Amino acid sequence: MTSGKTLWLWLLAFFLLCFNLATVLQPRFQAIEKTNRQSNNFFVLLLGDSSRIFANDFFIKADVYYHSGYYPTIFDNKSAFETPHIAEDTGAVASHNHGEETDFMGPPRDWLDAFGRHFIPNRHTHLDEGGPTDDLSKSSQVREILPWLDLSSKLDPENVKTYLVMAYWLRNKLNQVSAAEQVLHEGLRYNQGNPQLLFELGRIYEEDYHEPDRARSIWEAALRMWGQEQPGVPLSERLKPSNENFDDWFIFDQLQQHLAHLEKEAGNYDAAIAHLRQAQRVSSKPEDLQKQIDELEKEASRH
Amino acid sequence: MRNVLAIAKVVLLEMYRRKEFYVLFILTIVICLIMGSINIFNDNQIIRYLKDLCLLLIWVSSLIIAITMTARQIPAEREQRTLLPLLAKPLSRNQLIFGKFLGCWIVCGLALICFYAFFGALAASREHQWPLLHYLQAAFLHWMVLGVVVAMSLLGSLVFAAPSSNSTIIFAICAAIMCVGRYLDQIAAPMHEPARSIVYFIYYAIPHLEIPFGMRNLIVHDWPIIGWNFVFLDALYLLAYLVFFLIAAGLIFRRRAIN
Repeated sequence: MTSGKTLWLWLLAFFLLCFNLATVLQPRFQAIEKTNRQSNNFFVLLLGDSSRIFANDFFIKADVYYHSGYYPTIFDNKSAFETPHIAEDTGAVASHNHGEETDFMGPPRDWLDAFGRHFIPNRHTHLDEGGPTDDLSKSSQVREILPWLDLSSKLDPENVKTYLVMAYWLRNKLNQVSAAEQVLHEGLRYNQGNPQLLFELGRIYEEDYHEPDRARSIWEAALRMWGQEQPGVPLSERLKPSNENFDDWFIFDQLQQHLAHLEKEAGNYDAAIAHLRQAQRVSSKPEDLQKQIDELEKEASRH
Repeated sequence: MRNVLAIAKVVLLEMYRRKEFYVLFILTIVICLIMGSINIFNDNQIIRYLKDLCLLLIWVSSLIIAITMTARQIPAEREQRTLLPLLAKPLSRNQLIFGKFLGCWIVCGLALICFYAFFGALAASREHQWPLLHYLQAAFLHWMVLGVVVAMSLLGSLVFAAPSSNSTIIFAICAAIMCVGRYLDQIAAPMHEPARSIVYFIYYAIPHLEIPFGMRNLIVHDWPIIGWNFVFLDALYLLAYLVFFLIAAGLIFRRRAIN
């Protein structure tokens, strides 16, 4: 009987200890959650930083699907697939691809290899061009890359590239503009004020919703955020056109050129010229931009 | 042949009572249905990820069924002391081995029919097409691969001490062949002798199970059908290995003490 009472007392003591621990720890965990934007992401909570490795794998898997399974393994020549083609085709990332993408397998090494190639995807195709059937009416099959991109974005929500690629295919090839907008908003939730995401969002407002004022304010915000991104790095360094800082100068160029176009359409020639002059700093063809500036100056003098 | 069929029938009846197939089949269905219920941008025509997953589960499940079922056939007869009474009947050791093999191979075939019927139904639910010939090619070569695996497991059950070790080793061999079998020659090329020759020998000696395994990608991504001549050539290639493993099992079993 005594031992039974002791047991109950111990149980009560443990219950009180647990209760007290809960009251102490709960506010601390809440404070951690507030500082960590990703804490409400199930995958990131479960896998920690390793989720980024899986995210990259799933991004590559989307590219494998884009090629209908025709994709180099670690044993093959990957030089033409260094940058996934789903990202390269968006034009928003620097390409590191070189070499022949249609023949990474090379000639058959032996009779077994030659025979085995009849049983695997053995031709370079893209889903948006009809895939293995070469039937352009089936170009909407590019939708098959979406599950892997979606999963990749959930595993690594801070990877801007995934949202950009997903939004590009949704908007340009699948005509799902509102879904693309939703994806970009989701990206901005995890990457607040990212200029690349803001730029794409602005394009949706300008090209699809035909709301130039809203697009302008988004792009101007993107330019401001771009300026605040790397406080210690000199502007000349950031605007040096190279593959290493592609994201930096490319987005600056695109924002300036798109803003120039908007200002021209609105009749604000001086503002348009100012944006084009900024774009000239990074453009590979400044003479083309100079022609545009000259035309705008003529227009401005006429009004 | 009657004796062989009688043994095969016993294996078939035994598998009918066991739960492995039902568990794996239901598990495959449940996983696929859960994955299929995920909403991806409100687009209900997205199917390839589901086909990919379903085919992978079918391959894994069929290998589990084939290996675990075959690995315990001879050891179970020995443990239950039914091997001696069996061989006391007008039944040769080779007939016993072939009967066991045939039973296990037929069971694998029946399991594959169920699995591929589900796969076809799953794919048709979203694609609204039924590429029967593609599925027939894939299922036929899959069945041939399982024939080789069954023969290998049967041989393993005579070489290795316990069914568990046999199953593990055969699983490891199958996984290794399916993952790197195709690239062994590339791995061998930069090596120094004698490692190079050894790896080349392995490359040419192993049954290349990864060839039909690679067909998954053709089915998932809707590639055109393979020429039937290649399918039958591959079936012949696998059949040669199947016969080799069966003869080896027969030779070993002939010299084995029954008790």
